[in-house]
Amino acid sequence: MLGKTISEKILSVKSGRDARAGDLVVCRVDCALGTDGSTPMALDYFDAMGGKRVFDPERIVFCLDHYAPAPNRATGLLHQRMRDFAAMHGIPLWEVGDGIGHQLIVESGRAQPGSLVVGADSHAVTYGALNTFGTGIGSSDLAAILMSGRIWLRVPESIKVMLTGCLAEDVYPKDIALALASELGADGASYQALEFSGPALAALDLEDRLVLSNLAVEMGAKNGIFPADDKTLAYLRDRASGPFHAVEADPDAHYVREITLDLDSLVPQLALPHQVDRVIEIRDAIGTPVQMVYLGTCTGGRVRDFHQALAVLKAGGGVAHGVQLVVTPASRSVLETLTRDGTLAEFISMGAVIVTPGCGSCCGTCGAIPGDGVNVISTANRNFKGRMGNSNAAIYLASPASCAAAAVSGKIADPREVHK
Amino acid sequence: MSALELRGCARVISGPRRGDDINTDYIITSRRKRESLDPQVLRQYLFEEIDPAFAASVAAGDIIVAGKNFGCGSAMEVAVTAVLGAGIRAVLARSFSRTYYRNAINNGLLPVICDTQGIHEGDLLVISHDAEMKVRNTTTNETLTADTLPQIMLDIFDAGGLVPYFRQHGDFRV
Ligand code: SF4
Repeated sequence: MLGKTISEKILSVKSGRDARAGDLVVCRVDCALGTDGSTPMALDYFDAMGGKRVFDPERIVFCLDHYAPAPNRATGLLHQRMRDFAAMHGIPLWEVGDGIGHQLIVESGRAQPGSLVVGADSHAVTYGALNTFGTGIGSSDLAAILMSGRIWLRVPESIKVMLTGCLAEDVYPKDIALALASELGADGASYQALEFSGPALAALDLEDRLVLSNLAVEMGAKNGIFPADDKTLAYLRDRASGPFHAVEADPDAHYVREITLDLDSLVPQLALPHQVDRVIEIRDAIGTPVQMVYLGTCTGGRVRDFHQALAVLKAGGGVAHGVQLVVTPASRSVLETLTRDGTLAEFISMGAVIVTPGCGSCCGTCGAIPGDGVNVISTANRNFKGRMGNSNAAIYLASPASCAAAAVSGKIADPREVHK
Repeated sequence: MSALELRGCARVISGPRRGDDINTDYIITSRRKRESLDPQVLRQYLFEEIDPAFAASVAAGDIIVAGKNFGCGSAMEVAVTAVLGAGIRAVLARSFSRTYYRNAINNGLLPVICDTQGIHEGDLLVISHDAEMKVRNTTTNETLTADTLPQIMLDIFDAGGLVPYFRQHGDFRV
């Protein structure tokens, strides 16, 4: 019998059977996230299913992040409904301004090695950075979990992503992820797991890994999982009590495909509108005018992202006239850190618009919506037409440093040139 | 699976990539969801970003036809319920994003994986499944074989979706 991948091992434990790629299993979930984008519908399903009692409220958490703060009466009512349900059933709830659910799942220590954490939102894949099987589900699935604590899953085949070498200056995890999206395509990993491996992992900090796991779904992947190491455990030390059950792949595990990405030769990347896998090297787009620069989201809204962006902005002398710089921290804790260390004050003095921690205008539901004909460069993970609330705007995706480089000149620029 | 036959008119969705990678925001934009979750409201805005004439011309029983990776992007379930709201019972695609696929099953919308390249707008299609799933194009007289659904999905789909399934069983039956 062949060995198992990380995903096969975790789903074996969670389903209580010998789970192999292709099997359909019913698993007990360790935690499930419901956002304001998905939970109201889940509550309708729960009612329709005849739901009375929540199976295990401690394993559920709600987050008000997609409409933060509520931009209209309808969304205000959705929030109220979630608050009422959470209070009635004893479900923890993150309020408006606490941040993006995925970031809070990670910050609160709920994503642990070897665990199965799902989110009724596609970017639940983010938790894979912590050796968690994290995957996105729908509202009906969330309702079934409220009822039973369980979910049906197809055990994915795995693609092994070998990372070698190390990143050059001004090249970032976002560039790795975009290069990978370009290589695999928007459906290159459909129904499959990405399992990251290779000598380059040791140098990637947890915040870096989160970016790679987060983007996995843009290649169609079910999850994007890392092995656990000292950095994983160090991150969890003050956040969760353990014991942790780190899971590694067997040496003879079966992979449907192996791809190797050499970080030494990687240069800054750019995704062109309106597809995440339409990726070119940033130097081939230099000079494209940009009117909005967006720093935030569950991909690029963490402390180090803002530090990287600020370093480039300072080196370049600030924000160009005619550019709107939008700063949306991924969580309150990120905002607090940026406030304490002076980063926020610097952004404000450069004229940045500061938005409540949460999803902001990432999917066009609140925050700063771009106007017609506006080119946006963003640290987000998606650039579909209309994604930020206006189908007459065009969205480019890049690393925080590359976004900042564009803010400096009002044109797409190579961050490696700004320091010089 | 209980024998089922669905007949309808092919509605070929094209979008920026000739039918491939139709994401859920193209099916129904996130900002519409902000106003209402009612499928009867949302159906008016189906595919508005990529095919503004679609919503007004769709008829109950029509069958959506697309390329690969249908329903990629956000996992939002309104991208399934809005389609059902328009009276559509099946979507044919060369492949689906996994979240769209499971949301479809969970709501009783039939996701059919088959080679859709030879299907044209307006073709009359008959989807049948007894032992296996087949799509007959009565306009071109071609018959396509489609992927069959695994057992638990069949059970959920046969029950009419996850809601009736749970009303019946209260939990997953394994
Ligand atoms: S920040 Fe954007 S991608 Fe992340 S959960 Fe919010 S809307 Fe989705």
